This record gives sequence, C-alpha cells and structure tokens, in this order.
Amino acid sequence: MALQITAQCVNCWACYDVCPNDAIYDDKPHFLIDDDKCTECLGDHPDPQCAAICPIECAIVDELGEALNPPGSLTNIPIEKLHALGLVPPEFA
Amino acid sequence: MELPVISNAPSGAQGGGCASSGCGTAPDALSHLPDHIRAKVQDHPCYSEEAHHYFARMHVAVAPACNIQCNYCNRKYDCSNESRPGVVSELLTPDQAIRKIKAVAAQIPQMTVLGIAGPGDPLANPARTFETFRMLSAQTPDIKLCVSTNGLNLPQYADEIAKHNIDHVTITINCVAPEIGAKIYPWIYWENKRIRGIEGAKILIEQQQKGLEALTSRGILVKVNSVMIPGVNDAHLKEVSKIVKAKGAFLHNVMPLIAEAEHGTYYGLMAQRGPTDEELQALQDECSGDMSMMRHCRQCRADAVGLLGEDRGDEFTLDKIDVMDVDYEAAMARRKVVHDDILSKLEADRAAKNTKVPVHLSIAADARPVLMAVAGKGGVVAEHFGHAREFLIYEASPDGVRFIGHRKTELYCAGLDTCGEGGVATEDEPESVLERNIKTLSGCEVVLCSKIGYEPWGMLEAAGIAPNGEHAMAPIEDAVMAVYKEMFDAGRLAAPVAAGKAA
Ligand code: SF4
Ligand code: SF4
Repeated sequence: MALQITAQCVNCWACYDVCPNDAIYDDKPHFLIDDDKCTECLGDHPDPQCAAICPIECAIVDELGEALNPPGSLTNIPIEKLHALGLVPPEFA
Repeated sequence: MELPVISNAPSGAQGGGCASSGCGTAPDALSHLPDHIRAKVQDHPCYSEEAHHYFARMHVAVAPACNIQCNYCNRKYDCSNESRPGVVSELLTPDQAIRKIKAVAAQIPQMTVLGIAGPGDPLANPARTFETFRMLSAQTPDIKLCVSTNGLNLPQYADEIAKHNIDHVTITINCVAPEIGAKIYPWIYWENKRIRGIEGAKILIEQQQKGLEALTSRGILVKVNSVMIPGVNDAHLKEVSKIVKAKGAFLHNVMPLIAEAEHGTYYGLMAQRGPTDEELQALQDECSGDMSMMRHCRQCRADAVGLLGEDRGDEFTLDKIDVMDVDYEAAMARRKVVHDDILSKLEADRAAKNTKVPVHLSIAADARPVLMAVAGKGGVVAEHFGHAREFLIYEASPDGVRFIGHRKTELYCAGLDTCGEGGVATEDEPESVLERNIKTLSGCEVVLCSKIGYEPWGMLEAAGIAPNGEHAMAPIEDAVMAVYKEMFDAGRLAAPVAAGKAA
C-alpha cells in the first residue's frame, strides 16, 4: 500500500517535509515515494500528508493510478475550462 | 539586458539599478517613524529613497515549499507575492546559499541586505530557512537579514525570528475578512489537513494578525505587502491598511495584481484583470493617509542580486561560485570601507538638501498638482525617450515633489539611428509600440527625458503631453520642480486641467 508521485510533480519539497515516514526522496526528474516506507499515513494522520499539501493536481496517485487531487480540485478552475485549454494531462482526462 | 557595472573601489558609490532618485517616498515620508526605526531603515535599499541607489540587496532561494495556494500563483513558478509571476529561481541548499552570499558580498561590497523570500514560503521551510540564518548570523555579521512570509506559520516562529537579529519581516496580507480571503486563497495546509474556502481563509487571517502582533511586540519591524485585485479586495485594502498600521506595521506596500493566461494561474485563466496605473495610484494615495506607502517596489525575484531594479544573478550561478574562493574576513574589511564611504556621502547629501531653499515655497498654495513622467536613471533625467524601459511618475504640487510610481514601457527604439521607426503603425499592428507607450503616460502633462525624437515629440504633443528635454542630467526632483515653477509662472496652474493640449 503506497502512493506514487507522477511526472506532474514540480519538485517543490512540500511533501518531503511533511511525510511522517521519510518515504519521499529527491530524485531526477522529480521526487519519488519509496513504496517500502509509505504507509499512506495510516496510523499517523487521517489524510495522506503528501496529498494534503501538494499544490499540483495529479502529482500524487494511488496504486490504481487515480489522482488524489484530480484536475480542478486545487485551483478551482472549472474542469471544462481546463479541457478547453488542453491543461488536463492526457492520462487523467 | 545591460546592467550598470559597480566598481569595487571605495569611490564606486555610484548610483545604478533603480532609475529614480526619489523612489519610494519623499525624504520626510519616513519621518513619522520613531527614531530607532528610522535609524534601521534609512540605509536599507528597499526603504530609503537615498540608500537604494547605493546599497544592494540579494535574495537566496532556499525555501521551495509552500503551505497555501494563492489564486495569482502557479506553483510551477516562484511565489508571486514576492516575485513576478512566471519566474523560476535556482534553488540552493543552505550551504550553497552561504557560499553564494559570501561570493556576492565580496564582489559587491554594497550588498548589505540578504533576504529569504521563496520561491515558496520561507516559514513553510523552517529547517532550511533558519539554518541559513544561523550560519549567516555567525559567519557574515555585517549583513542584515530579512524574511518574507504569507503569515500562516508566523506565530510559532516569532521567537526563532527574534533570535536571529532579523532586521525586518514582510507579511503578505491581502485581506482581513474571510469571505474576501476565500476568493483569493482556495486552500491552506494546516494541522495536517488541507482546509478550503472560508474556513481556511479565516485561519490564515487569524495567524497573519497574530504573527504581526507577535513581531511588533518583540520590536521587529514589519512591512505589509498587499496585492490589489480589482473587484475582490481593492476597496477592502483601505481597511487592511488601517488595521496593520494600528498593530504596528511600519510600511504598507500595495502591489498590482499581474495576471496573464500564460502564467496558468486561476486569475490568469479566469481573466481577472489587474488594476490600471491610475487605480493603483489612487488606492496608494488613499491608504497613505493611514501610513507611509512604498512605491518603488519592483517585485524582485526570489534570487535577485544587486541594486533594486537590476539583477546580477547570472554572475553568481552555482558553477561560477563553485570556483570562487572567498576570504570573508578580508572581504569584511573592504566592505566596511565601502559602507563608511557611502554613509558619509549619504550624510553629505542630506546636509546639502537641508540647506537648499525649496523652490516650491514660491508657488501659491492653491496651485493645482501636476503629474510628470521622467525617463530617469540614477536619480537624474538621463534617458532618451525611446530607450526608457520605464517612466517614473512624479507629482509636483505646492507641497513639493513626490514620487508616485513607475510605469513600464515597451522598447521601440533599437538605436539612435532607427529611432522613430517603431512609431509607425503597420497593417499587422494598427497601434504602434510608441502609441501604446504614450497611452501608459495618460494623466501626465509633461515628459522629462534627456533626448527625444521628432516623431514621438509630435505624438506626445498631440496627446496633450508636453515633451521636455531641457533638463538632461539634472537631479529629477529639481527638474520636476523647475518645470512646475515655469508652469506656475506662465499662469497655467490655476485652472483645472484643460482637455486636450496642455503644452
Ligand atoms: S502517503 Fe504519507 S507516508 Fe506515504 S509518502 Fe505520502 S506522506 Fe509519506
Ligand atoms: S508536493 Fe507535489 S509537487 Fe511538490 S514535490 Fe511533492 S509531489 Fe512534487
């Protein structure tokens, strides 16, 4: 059971600092989650911390590849607008 | 972009960077401050109108993470509270930052102030931010420190900030009402949760106000930045100004929202407009009844280096500082000579100013104020009209001359020979760059520059703006007042502005 970071990540370090298990590491081209260490924060916090602070939609996904912060959920930009402007990453469209 | 080169010799106390001489505030606009605060800010490039021509500042980007979302920010880029939107800084570790700071301090002895402003929120990166401050307090005691924050984590770090002898803190406060906050901040990260809407905005506002009080009660200077967002917080900012002043902030800096679709921000994509130059100026004037306003802020990037208005960051990239070997003890001795030299020059300037009989005393008290645009550099009327990247706007009135703000232009003149060609409208571009530039000067009656081409001259006159090239290389305030006096003597200051030609 572990979350993953996608190519949407902008390497802002926010998740790195709040992970209770030191599961996140600075890698190229973007940060990654060590799935041996990630517990999805169970037992530590009700919400997975990386997903609670990450500012970028679709940067953090679960094992099924579902975005914890889907398009429009953080910026409140209407989803139709994001589609119209081609701002939804194809794998999350 | 070509930047003025600063000499390392002590005699290098030359102006550069910002073009205005009266940036920010009139000399006495800081005079309402208690002496101990004035003493702290008068040599600070971001606050003192005289100091910022001589002293330089730098930012280091050691704080990438953020704990809130602002609707004018896109986290693919740096924080737009402290930087222009769409800018990406080179992120440094605290160790790299110290090396860079020492390298810059040795090569630019005028650098006296080090700020941590991003690219995220410095207090959302407490370990990296305070480790940097700790090392600097120990190793470079001749550099003043400052930090900027959105305020969310401020109350909990007020004591830590007080420990580091941090000169001042900037808090971005855009509102004091949660309903308005919810239109600016979609969420915050607070106590291990993402909290949205009014609830999140309410917590942020409470923390900002608590943090402001915690700092002022510890004797730390606080400047407040606000972003003016028309239709969202524009009218509200007057109240913000009153409240933060009552709580002891020493300066309020109202900045315009910059929102373009290509920045990918909420406001940019939703076509929220920024204020016009006139709207910004009117709000700054209304707020200045409450406290001193800062008008020369250039919204520097999180890794800016140099005098205000310039950026020498390219000279100090990681690969370049890697091969620099800095003996800071020796550098500190050299720096002291330069600082003393600048300070005595500032002192002499102040003394000289005090002995001059002000021209404005000879102008009737009911004469109307006049706005003038100046193509200036280093405090004098120095630029060719077509070369000016920005115009400095001054208001002349019977009370004297005050700096109002700067307005950016597009360059239309590539060289003296071709000057004027940009003035021609073509089929592709029905409104020429020159025409657009002249539009940005609306409200001004005079343009002061060192030289001006034939064509722009005619177009300015047609727009009711009098071009004036007679004061080349004169100090800006003196030139503006001289022109104002001529207008007064010609009997042109009694009537309200006539529509059409003012020349
Ligand atoms: S879900 Fe929790 S444990 Fe897993 S990486 Fe994110 S913050 Fe760390
Ligand atoms: S918070 Fe999101 S964007 Fe920032 S480093 Fe972590 S995954 Fe990447």
